[in-house]
Amino acid sequence: MTPHAIPNRHDTILYLDGVSVSFDGFKALNDLSLYVAAGELRAIIGPNGAGKTTMMDVITGKTRPDSGSVLFDGDTDLTKLGEARIANLGIGRKFQKPTVFETQSVFENLELALKGNRLVFQSLFFKLTGGQAARIDEVLATIRLDDVRAKLASDLSHGQKQWLEIGMLLMQEPDLLLIDEPAAGMTDAETMQTAELLKLIAGERSVVVVEHDMEFIRALDCRVTVLNEGSVLAEGSLEAMQADERVIESYLGR
Amino acid sequence: MFQNNTFLSTILAETGGRVLLGTLLVAAVLVPALNLVVPEGSFFHVPNYLVTLLGKYLAFALLALSVDLIWGYAGILSLGHGAFFALGGYAMGMYLMRQIGDRGVYGNPDLPDFMVFLNWQELPWYWMGFDSFPFAMVMVVAVPGLLALVFGWFAFRSRVTGVYLSIITQAMTYALLLAFFRNDMGFGGNNGLTDFKEILGFDIQSDGTRAALFALSALAVVGGYIICKLIVASRLGRVLIGIRDAESRARFLGYRVEYYKLFVFVVSAMLAGVAGALYVPQVGIINPSEFAPAASIEIIIWVAIGGRGSLYGAVLGAILVNYAKSYFTGALPELWLFALGGMFIAVTVFLPKGIVGTLPAFDKRFLRGRAENAP
Repeated sequence: MTPHAIPNRHDTILYLDGVSVSFDGFKALNDLSLYVAAGELRAIIGPNGAGKTTMMDVITGKTRPDSGSVLFDGDTDLTKLGEARIANLGIGRKFQKPTVFETQSVFENLELALKGNRLVFQSLFFKLTGGQAARIDEVLATIRLDDVRAKLASDLSHGQKQWLEIGMLLMQEPDLLLIDEPAAGMTDAETMQTAELLKLIAGERSVVVVEHDMEFIRALDCRVTVLNEGSVLAEGSLEAMQADERVIESYLGR
Repeated sequence: MFQNNTFLSTILAETGGRVLLGTLLVAAVLVPALNLVVPEGSFFHVPNYLVTLLGKYLAFALLALSVDLIWGYAGILSLGHGAFFALGGYAMGMYLMRQIGDRGVYGNPDLPDFMVFLNWQELPWYWMGFDSFPFAMVMVVAVPGLLALVFGWFAFRSRVTGVYLSIITQAMTYALLLAFFRNDMGFGGNNGLTDFKEILGFDIQSDGTRAALFALSALAVVGGYIICKLIVASRLGRVLIGIRDAESRARFLGYRVEYYKLFVFVVSAMLAGVAGALYVPQVGIINPSEFAPAASIEIIIWVAIGGRGSLYGAVLGAILVNYAKSYFTGALPELWLFALGGMFIAVTVFLPKGIVGTLPAFDKRFLRGRAENAP
């Protein structure tokens, strides 16, 4: 497997170059370079401790890298910005454990995620417009939670919470969605529906999915990056990865 | 479609607020009337001591509201809110001290008694302006608000949350307690400020003034409730609830969590300051004991017992617990602290949502029972 050519950074939505992060001497990310094209759907796999979640933390501003650059949309350096600023630039993140506002309704969860002004005083006098309500309806239909819109988020099933969180990301109208293990704890049917949902989203937006579930990755039918020990081990189609000696050695097992 | 449970509790939440506001408005008129107009022998007469006692409860109720706003809705457990209350109280106390004029024990027209006693020659700069009632009223909200702004800015920006935040709020009020104990701070040291004579030219001891202070306290709770309700019912309030339930989610949705917390913390501190300013003229004294960490913890108990996150629950809790305190400290003084601790434990174990949080559950059980009996 030959690593593919380094693209011009202006063609990418996400451009990580030589990113390293270490915690107490442990190198969570080791000179990681990764490029995601605009509109691309990308799956990232790798054994535990490969640096998948740390990579997401670096992109979303939760963790500062020790070295390297992280560029969004070709020229915005993310390494100097905070979480809220990065979110407002157009990067949405779904956590591994579904994280929604449990004591509020499905509709209210989406409303809070609505793209727009996040200033304190504006939110004190906020009124939902017809267009915004229509947008919420649209997303409710996309994530198939239309019939539970008035339910409290805490009353949803695990899978429904995962979709609600993806819906909240969509409300932000992001250019890039980072999705951490969406299929964890889902039934097979839910897993396939989630794959469909993400394929639907990709295209107009870029989507990066971290996952362990091979069936799910196969359903995504997209380019796969294998991380190991904090850097890219291999990249290509799922079939190519499953045939790759090094990938089998480090991750898939013989 | 709403689920029965959320629907019921939403309706009850509104009813609770309506009952509260109605009761307060009626009390604001009725209590002074029954005190001033109805003759003393009559069954309906409200004695003077009771007017003041109820007025004090209402000042505490406003304080409890301010704590519920941050604890119940934003998850900020401040164990130092007594500090903001005390600062508002001191600002009012300083105005009242200046009104004494030359009627103090030493008869000095320029200096309060305690300064004469300490051989001070002139009024410290930070006492300037407190002769003016409007200036003092601005300070009642500005001083607690400013402290909350500075303290909150550092705490929330550094993402101090949970028990760590609670501990530093305790440290804050304790530091102020020690500072205000010192005579050279210029706030009367251990004895604090007392021996007040007049407020806005009215005799502070007179029945009319006391009745007016009671009515003002009731109206202040009404105003405080409305302010808090407007905040929590807005989108801002829902962001706060979101921060309380999943802070990182709110942050990754693009909300600057620290600004939201700071806003509500400052509003809360200002409300607590107003509560302190209403408290001081009614009890006739403000001293450093109001800064005691235990006093701040007691506020948390009021809110927990009433039920946090409903606003009117905090008012109910403050009044009930303080009524119990008045009763116990009169009848069985040595038992009061045990009773307070016992109530707190009982509520935590048996009524984790407090009194008002438990009411809808009773209601549901009651309604279900009725539905089963229906043909």
